[in-house]
Amino acid sequence: MTSDSQIKSAANHRRTASSVMTTLTAICAFFAVTILALIIGYIALRGLSAISFQFLTDTPKPVGEGGGIGNAILGSLVLLLLASVIGLPFGIAVGVYLAEFGDGRFASVVRFVTDTLTGVPSIVIGVFVYTIIVLPMRQFSAFAGGIALAIVMIPIVARTTEEMIRLVPTSLREGALALGAPQWRVTTGVVLPAAASGIATGAMLAVARVSGETAPLLFTAFGSRFFNVYLDQPIASLTVQIYNYAISPYDEWHAMAWAATLVLMTLILAINITVRFFTRKKI
Amino acid sequence: MISSFHRLRSLCAIALLFISALTFACSGQRGGEGEGTGGAVRLQGAGATFPNPLYQKWLSEYGKLNSNVRIDYQSVGSGAGIRQIQEQTVDFGASDAPVKDDDLAKARGGQLLHIPTVLGAVVLTYNLKDVQQPLRFSPDVIADIFLGKIKTWDDARIKADNPGVNLPAAPITVVHRTDGSGTTAVFTDYLSKVSPEWGEKIKSGVSVNWPTGVGAKGNEGVSGQVSQTPNTIGYVELAYAVQTKMPVALIKNKSGNFVAPSLEAVTAAAAESIAATPEDMRVSVTDAAGANAYPIASYTYVLVYKDQKDAAKGKALVDFLWWGIHDGQSFTKDPQYPYAALPTEIVSRAERQLNSITSGGRSVRGAQ
Amino acid sequence: MQNLQPNIPTPATTHGASARAWNWRRTFAPTGNTGDTVFRLALFGAAFFLMLVVLVMIGAMAVNSLPSLRQFGFGFLTSRVWSPISGDFGALPFIYGTIVSSLLALLISVPLSLGIAIFLVEQAPRGVARPVGFLVELLAAIPSVVYGLWGIFVLAPFLREWIEPFLARWFGWLPLFRGNVTGIGLFTGGIILAIMITPIITAVVRDVLAAVPVSQREAALALGATKWETTRVVLNNGAPGIVGAIILGLGRAIGETMAVTMVIGNRAQISASLFEPAYTIASVLANEFTEATGELYLSALIELGLILFLVTFTVNGAARLLVWSVAHRAGGGAVGRA
Repeated sequence: MTSDSQIKSAANHRRTASSVMTTLTAICAFFAVTILALIIGYIALRGLSAISFQFLTDTPKPVGEGGGIGNAILGSLVLLLLASVIGLPFGIAVGVYLAEFGDGRFASVVRFVTDTLTGVPSIVIGVFVYTIIVLPMRQFSAFAGGIALAIVMIPIVARTTEEMIRLVPTSLREGALALGAPQWRVTTGVVLPAAASGIATGAMLAVARVSGETAPLLFTAFGSRFFNVYLDQPIASLTVQIYNYAISPYDEWHAMAWAATLVLMTLILAINITVRFFTRKKI
Repeated sequence: MISSFHRLRSLCAIALLFISALTFACSGQRGGEGEGTGGAVRLQGAGATFPNPLYQKWLSEYGKLNSNVRIDYQSVGSGAGIRQIQEQTVDFGASDAPVKDDDLAKARGGQLLHIPTVLGAVVLTYNLKDVQQPLRFSPDVIADIFLGKIKTWDDARIKADNPGVNLPAAPITVVHRTDGSGTTAVFTDYLSKVSPEWGEKIKSGVSVNWPTGVGAKGNEGVSGQVSQTPNTIGYVELAYAVQTKMPVALIKNKSGNFVAPSLEAVTAAAAESIAATPEDMRVSVTDAAGANAYPIASYTYVLVYKDQKDAAKGKALVDFLWWGIHDGQSFTKDPQYPYAALPTEIVSRAERQLNSITSGGRSVRGAQ
Repeated sequence: MQNLQPNIPTPATTHGASARAWNWRRTFAPTGNTGDTVFRLALFGAAFFLMLVVLVMIGAMAVNSLPSLRQFGFGFLTSRVWSPISGDFGALPFIYGTIVSSLLALLISVPLSLGIAIFLVEQAPRGVARPVGFLVELLAAIPSVVYGLWGIFVLAPFLREWIEPFLARWFGWLPLFRGNVTGIGLFTGGIILAIMITPIITAVVRDVLAAVPVSQREAALALGATKWETTRVVLNNGAPGIVGAIILGLGRAIGETMAVTMVIGNRAQISASLFEPAYTIASVLANEFTEATGELYLSALIELGLILFLVTFTVNGAARLLVWSVAHRAGGGAVGRA
C-alpha cells in the first residue's frame, strides 16, 4: 500500500523531472541559436565588407577589379526554380503514393529506396546526370543542373510529404468520404491542404539543401561569367562562384565568397518566409 | 486551412507561368553554337585551378577587345579538364601536367595539341615562428623530410644547409594534398628525379600515397593549415605563398645554387630545357640545369583539337590563344599574377602549333 | 497508445483477400471512378519512374565498376590499402570512416534536435517559436563549402584548444580519446555533420509534434501528467514521424561531401581514436574522382559509390529493425509500419 508520503515523494519526483527536462530543452534551443549566431556572425565578419550594390548586380571580374555576383544570383534562381518545378511535384506525388498506398510490398520497396536515395552523395548524382544528359548533348546546360538538383530534392520532399500526410487525422478523410467525395478528391481537396504546412517544410528543407550544393553543378551547369537564362547553356550559380572564390589565393576573393554566402542565405530566408506566408493556417 | 492551400496554388501558378515564359524564351533561339545571340561566339574551357586567376584576366581583357567572343573558363582540376576535352563537352581543356599517351588516345575529336600558356612554380612553405630568414634546402633533404626520414627541424642535414639559423628541436609535420592535383604531380615529379627512393617507392602522379604527414584539401587548404599550425612544412603554388605572405624556401638546383622561386628563375628553368622540349611541347622542366633555374617549375597547357569542327569557333579559339601567348604574357608582370612568362623560343613553337590547327581541311589562321 | 495512422479502406483490404491473383482493375480502378484511376496511375507512375531512375543509376555504376570487381572481388571490402599509384584499392577504411562519422553525428544531433523541437512546439511562446524555427531552418541553407571553411577556421582550432585536450585528460583512458590532438579528424567531422543535420531533424520533428492532436495532450493532462510526461505521450504518438526524420538526417550525414572532407583529415586509415584523421566514401569521391585517370582507378571509385548505397541500405534497415523491435517490446502499435 502506498502511503501518503510515498505518493507525495513520487509526485515531487515527477515534477522535478519535468522541470529538469523543460530546462534541458530550453538549453538545446539556446545552444542551437548560439551555434547559428557563431556561424552567421563569422560569415558576416568576413564578408559584410564586400557587399555593395555593384557586388550584387555586376558580373565577375579579374582579381583587383571588383566585380560581382549578379549573374550568379540570377543563375541560382533559375536553377532553383527549374529544380523545384521538376522535383516538387514529383516528390509530392511519390510522397502521396507512399502515404495512400503505402502498405503493399512495392510501396515498402519504394520507401526503402527513397530513404537510400537521401544518402547518395550529391556528386554521384551529378556524375549520373553528366553521363545521361551532358555527354549525349556534348554540352553543359542549366537544364542538366536543374535535373541533378531535382533528383537531390525528390527523396527529401517525398519522405516528409508522406510523414505529414500520415499525420492528418482519419476523421477528416472519413468526413469527406462520407460526403460522397471520390478518393482522389479526398486526397487532393482535403488531405493535401490539411498537410500543406508540413509539406511546405519538406519543400523548404529540400530547397535549402540544393541551394547549397556545388559538386553536382560543376558537372552539369558548369559556370559562366555572363548573364544567361537559356536553359541549354551553362549558367552561373552562387555556390559555384563561392567555390571559385574560396579556393583562390586572394583575400579580396575570399571576402567575396563570404559575402556571396550571406546573399545566398538571405535568398533562402526570403523564399522560406514567402512560402510560409502562403501556407499558413488561417485559424 | 483550405484557403492556405488555394494561396499556395496561386503561388505555384505564378511560378509555373514564369518558368514557361523562360522556356519559351529559350526555345526560341538556339544560341551558342556560333550563330545566334547577335553573332556572338561562345567558347567554354575547363581544367587546371592553378592558372585560373590569370585566365580570368585574359578572358576579361580579350573580351574588351573582341566583344563578340564570349569565353568561359571553369577551374575543375586538371584531370577533369582532360576528361571534358576528351569528351568534347568543352572547346578547350587546361592541364598542369602533360597528358599521357593513353589519355590522348581516348580523345574523341582526334589529335589533341598542347599549347603552353605560362609557367608556374611549386614552392615549399613552412611555419617556424623563430626563424626570420628564408630557409635553404637541398633536394635530398626535401625528399627525406617528405619520406619521413628526417623527423625534426634541428636535424644535422637541415642545419648544414642553414648555418647560423636557430632551428627548434620540434618534430616536423608535413602537410600534403589529399585531392588529386597538378601541383602534386609537379612536386612528386621533382622528388622522383632527385631521390631514387622516392622514384621507386612513391613515384609521381596527381595523387600519391604520402608516407607521412597530414592532408589538406586544395592549395588553400595546405597554405591555411601551414599558416595555422606551428612547425609544419608544405608545398603550394607560388601565388598562394605570396598572397598569404608566408615564408618561401630557397632550393638548391642542379647546378648547386640555392635559388628563390622568382619569376625569372622559373623562366630560366624553362629556357634551359628548350633543347629537351619535343615538338608536341610535352616536357617536364623540374630539376632543370642552369645556374639560375628554379628546380620545381612547370608549364601549364591549354589542350585543343588539331581539327576544329566549327570554323567560327575554331578561329575565335585560335585567335584568343595567339593573343594569350603574345599580349597575354604582359600580365605576368603584374604582382597579383605570379606566373612566369614563356621563353621566346617556346612562344615560336607554340605559334607553330596554333598555325597547324585546321577546320574542314583549311588552316584556321589562314594568311595571318 | 492506439494506432491513429490513417488506413485508407480500399476494396482489396476490406474484402480481406490478399491471396488472389493480381488484377489490373483491382489495383488501378477499384472504385470505378475515372478520376480515381487517373490519380492512381499518376501516383504509381511517379513512384515507378523514380525506381527506374535509381535502377539506372545503380546499373550504370555496377557496369562501370566491373573492372574493379573482377580485379579485387570480395577482398575489396576487407582491404585497407588505397594506393592509386600501385593500383591496389580497398574499401574498409572508407566504410569505417563513413559509419563512425555518421553515427557520431546522429548521437550528438538526435537528442539536440529533439530538445529543440520539443522546446519549439511545447514550451516556447508564439513570438519566440516562429523566429527561432526560421533560424534553425536557416542553418540548412548554408552551403557545405562554407561549413567546411568555418570548420577549418573556427571549429577545428576551438576543438584543438579547448575540447579535445579536456577530453584527452579526463577520458584518455578510453581508446576513443587517445592520440595527437590536431583538431582535424573524425571527431571534428562528426561534429560538423551533427550541426548540418540538426536543422533537418528539428524541422521535421517540429512539424510532426505540432500535428499530434491537442486531444492527446489534453487527455494526458487530465490524467494528472506533468509537462514532461505529456511531452512523452506526444513523442510516442509522433514516433514514426520522428524515425523518418532521423533517417533523413542520417542520409544527409552519409552523403555529405564538401564540409566533411575539409575537416576530417582525409587519411585512409582505421584507428580507434576519434582524434585521428579518417576518410569517408563521399570525401574520397569528391577528392579523387575528377582527377582519377586509368580504368581501374575510376572503377574502384565507382565501386566505392556502389558500396555507399549498400552501407545506406544496411544502416537504414538496421535503424528500422531496431525501432520495430523496440516498439514491439513496448507492446504498442505506435510504430506499425515496416
